[in-house]
Order: sequence, then structure tokens, then C-alpha cells
Amino acid sequence: MKIIVCVKQVPDTKGGVKFNPDGTLNRAGMLAVMNPDDKAGLEAALRLKEQYQAEITVLTMGLPKAEEVLREALAMGADKAVLITDRILGGADTWATSTTIAGAIRNLDYDIIITGRQAIDGDTAQVGPQISEHLDIPVISYAQNIKVEGDSVLVERQFEDSYHLLKAKMPVLITALSELNEPRYMTPGGIFEAYDKEMTVWGRADLKDVDDANLGLNGSPTKIAKASDKVRKASGEQMTLDPEEAAAYIFEKLKEKHVI
Amino acid sequence: MDFTLSKKHEMARTLFKEFAEKEVKPLAQEVDETEQFPRETVKKLAKYGFLGIPVPKEYGGQGADVLTYAMCVEELSKVCGTTGVIVSAHTSLCCDPILTYGTEEQKQKYLPDLASGRKLGAFGLTEPGAGTDAQGQQTKAVLEGDEWVLNGSKIFITNGKEADVYIIFAISDVQTDARGRKKKIISAYIVEKGTPGFEFGTKEKKMGIRGSSTYELIFTDCRIPKDNLLGKEGKGFGIAMHTLDGGRIGIAAQALGLAEGALDSTIAYVQERKQFGRPIGAFQNTQFQIADMATKTQAAQLLVYKAAQAKETQKSYSVEAAMAKLYAAEVAMEVTTKAVQLHGGYGYTREYDVERMMRDAKITEIYEGTSEVQRMVISASVIK
Repeated sequence: MKIIVCVKQVPDTKGGVKFNPDGTLNRAGMLAVMNPDDKAGLEAALRLKEQYQAEITVLTMGLPKAEEVLREALAMGADKAVLITDRILGGADTWATSTTIAGAIRNLDYDIIITGRQAIDGDTAQVGPQISEHLDIPVISYAQNIKVEGDSVLVERQFEDSYHLLKAKMPVLITALSELNEPRYMTPGGIFEAYDKEMTVWGRADLKDVDDANLGLNGSPTKIAKASDKVRKASGEQMTLDPEEAAAYIFEKLKEKHVI
Repeated sequence: MDFTLSKKHEMARTLFKEFAEKEVKPLAQEVDETEQFPRETVKKLAKYGFLGIPVPKEYGGQGADVLTYAMCVEELSKVCGTTGVIVSAHTSLCCDPILTYGTEEQKQKYLPDLASGRKLGAFGLTEPGAGTDAQGQQTKAVLEGDEWVLNGSKIFITNGKEADVYIIFAISDVQTDARGRKKKIISAYIVEKGTPGFEFGTKEKKMGIRGSSTYELIFTDCRIPKDNLLGKEGKGFGIAMHTLDGGRIGIAAQALGLAEGALDSTIAYVQERKQFGRPIGAFQNTQFQIADMATKTQAAQLLVYKAAQAKETQKSYSVEAAMAKLYAAEVAMEVTTKAVQLHGGYGYTREYDVERMMRDAKITEIYEGTSEVQRMVISASVIK
């Protein structure tokens, strides 16, 4: 079985947020980590590997320094890594990103593609499902449990206070929730091996069946009007009340502000 | 000369730091208070390969280097000195001598279990009358047929009751030289827990590293296979000294971690704690104290990393290890003491980590060669 896990390097929430003049994130200037949902997706793939002897290819699109998350994934137990990096691909929104990633995946064999549900920097939850559309394969989003049965996957999809049990034939794309599991740590030996492994680096020329009009900032239908760091305006109103009084008070306030 | 860490070492540090913060720090105070050996933590250390970092992959280890191992002990000790020494004693004092002096059969038999953490290791040299004077040994080993018979006792043994495999030193012969002086011939042995005649004596009640299992080991007609001799017969003293050279890098890393942990806590505290309407970090006395603590801690780190690299690349690294251990241990004691002082009355309470760190730091000036022994090693190499 072959599994592709898409991961994204995102700003570490412990560090500060910096923006470029065009409103996009200044990724080069921030501390970075593997997106939590993606890490859960990788862990799910690693568990499938332990059960069914799968081969895991981890893939990311980003600046050259995004190599770091791929090395981390290799140190956790992934087998191969592909970095898609090219100046022309910069500033991509979800459409251009999914087009790019699908263009790269067309070069690879796969039974399952796992992406995180969403990235903590954009919070769109669009890239995973869009990749499945580009590749014309089924998608199961919000996975909280994944099993393989013959040529199909059996996935629990989180839904409010319950879950849907869905079965889909492979190849399939699954988007993972961080609640799916507790990702493992790397191992020291895994880190040493990760830095000895070859990394595949692809640029625009390596993408299959994609149009330049759908790539990078120019190929992104989303235009960011303004982006700013969240500034706390005031400490808010603080009251000490009994639970019943407090509920009534909050209810009145929400009504007053036309929230309800 | 390049002082930047490689990317893989940086990544290893990130790993150790995250593990220490999430898995070790929350238990540090309890481990100290209850004097309970952190068995669950050790299981996790085993799971992620932290108990076989410098052991080659062919023997079930991680195949990483000494610097990575030192950084692991450093980061663990930053939050818990007990956990740091468990890893250090196991790796430097048990895995390393088997790797260096063991026969291929011994390596195949013991290292995969030790490096994977399925078994824990310990080292027994010290006796009531043989501390710095390691030649003062009384424990004896006599060859009877296919077995060595051990009699005697060892004290202050780290990982004492928790270990499964022990490197034990004993007198295997007494020879008389040309002038008629008697000389003890020491050999090293691998002894397994559960061997009849091998029992545990008193558990030490200690000032610091209170969660580490420090025990007396007692051997009464303890019979071990002839093949459990480690290295050549009569070469035990050299094996012990060489093993301790490596061990000192581990203890130096532990001391470094304690200093760094105390420094980090103090930097945070002096910015929060207000007196006379200002954070105490705004006073120049505090600033200068912190400057000295930070400088010395950084100097200690350079010596520790240099010693770790020397073990990787040089045949002899006694002096580098002695300098690293001497300096890092004294810096740990000084920095943790200053940390308590800067925390004021709060620092003297068990509510704050620096109190524990100061107690933990003291042992680094004593075990695996006191600071005085390190000065002997260093001066002997300098004054020739």
C-alpha cells in the first residue's frame, strides 16, 4: 500500500506573526512547525504502515526551508519526501495550492492521500478536498478513525456529537483531525537517518497537467484586502455573579448586541 | 572553527526539549518529593530510543553521536536531574563499556536489550573503603571451574535496584612485585539481576536526585559464568577509568542542564517579581548576577560539547571530560545557588524548582570523580 501525506509548515503560534506588504504571511521571518492536523494525519499513516506495511511519501509545498517539516516527518518514520518549491508558486491561495499539489501527486503512485483538515495559519479546510477534486478521487473529511478493509477504507467522520461511518474504495483522500491521535515523537536515530536520506525537490516544470494560469499569486482567485495581527482592544467586562444571574446577564448582553 | 550546531543536532535538541517539557517536567517535583524512581518516564525514554543514543544500529541503538546523547541528558536535566542521571548512568557506565570492551557475543547478548531500554544498566565500582581511591577495593572474584564467584559489596550505585545488567569490578588476583609489594589485580564483570547470591542492601536517602534508585549491592558467593568477564582479566582498573571518562561527559551534561534550568527559571522570575515598584530584573545587581550566570553557563556548554566531540573523534579524551565535568559541576552549584538567592524566600521553598535544582546540583561535584579528582587529572596533563 502506498500513502501520500501532505504536510504544511505553519508559523509556530508561540512566535510572533509577520506580514508581507501584500498581506500574505512573511513565512521566512517566523518560527515554524508542522501543522497539527497534518501531524495527526502523518501519525495515522504511520499506524497504517505498522499494520499493513505501507510506504509513506510525505509531500509539502513551500519555501526551501519547508524542508524542515519533511525531515521531521522522515524522522518520525516516513519513507520518502517531496518538496515542491519554486518562486512562481509563491503567494498561492487554496486553489493554486491544490492545483500545484495535485500536479505533483500525478507523478506518484498512491492508494491513500492524507491531508490535515486545515492549517492553523489559513483555517480554510479547502486544500484537501480540492486536491481530491483535481485528481477525481473520493474524499472523506474530518476523519477521527481510519481502517483499511481489502481495497477500501473505513473511516469515522466526526459530526457534531456523533460520527458517520463511511466506506470508500481506494484511491481515496482523507482529511485528518488533530483529535485523531497523539502523534509520536521523533527518535534520535530517525533524525540522523532523515538527514542522510535523499529529498526529491520539484519545481514548476515537474508538475503534471497544470496550467500556469492556476498557479502562484497570479493564479489565485483569492485576493487579500487587508491582514493584521489580532490586537486586544480592552480587558473586557468582568463580573462576579451566580451562575443563573450570569446566564441571564450574558443573554441580555447578547440580545442588546443583536447576536441572538 | 564553527560554533553552530548542525541541523540534525538542532532537530534533536527540539525533540529532547519537547519531550522534557511534556513528559518529564510535570513529574519532576513529585519524583523528588516521593523519592520514587520514574518508571513510566523510563518506559517512554525507552520507546523513543533515548536509552541507546550513541549505540550503533547493528546493536539495536540509535546510531547517533555522543553530542546528541549529551544534549539529551542536558535537556532532561534542565527539568529533572533525576531523569538525567538515569540516562547517563545507563548509557555511559553500562552500554559504553560493553560496546568498548565486550566480546561480539557479549555485545549481541546485552546491547540490543540495553539500547532499546528493555533492560536498564548500572555500574558498581565504589565501595565503603574505595571511593576516589578505587584501588581500595575489597570485593573479590575467584574462578572456580567455569564460574567466577563474587563476594563483597558496592555502595552508592545509581539505577541500583531498577537495573537489570551491572558492570561490577572486583579483585581477581593479588600479585607481588619485585620489591615484595602486593598489588591488587582488578577485573570487570557483567552481572545480571536475579543471579543467586546477588542482593540489594540499603537504599540511600539523598539530598538531591532523590528519584534515582541509589542502592548497596551485596554479593555473597554469587556465581556468574566465566564468559561474563568483561575485557581481559586484570584490566578492570583501566576499564573503570576509561568508562568514567565517558561518564563524566554525561554528568557534565547533567550539571549543564541543571544550570540552564535554574537560569531560565530565574530570568522569568526576575521579570515578574516586583519590589519597590519595579521588577527585580530592573535592578543592576540582578542584571549583573544574571549576566555572570549566563556567561558561565554558556562557557560550561562549550566545554561539554567539546568533550562530547572529543569522545567521538579522539582516542583519549580524559582531560576534556575532566575539564567539562569540573567546570560544569561548579557552575551548576554556583548558578543554582544564585538562582535560589534571586528567588529570595520563595526560592527556599519547594514550590519553586530552583530549590530542587540546587540540591540536585551538589552531587555533580561529587560522583563519577569529585572536583578534586578532576583537578588531579587536569593538572597531571598540564604539569609534566
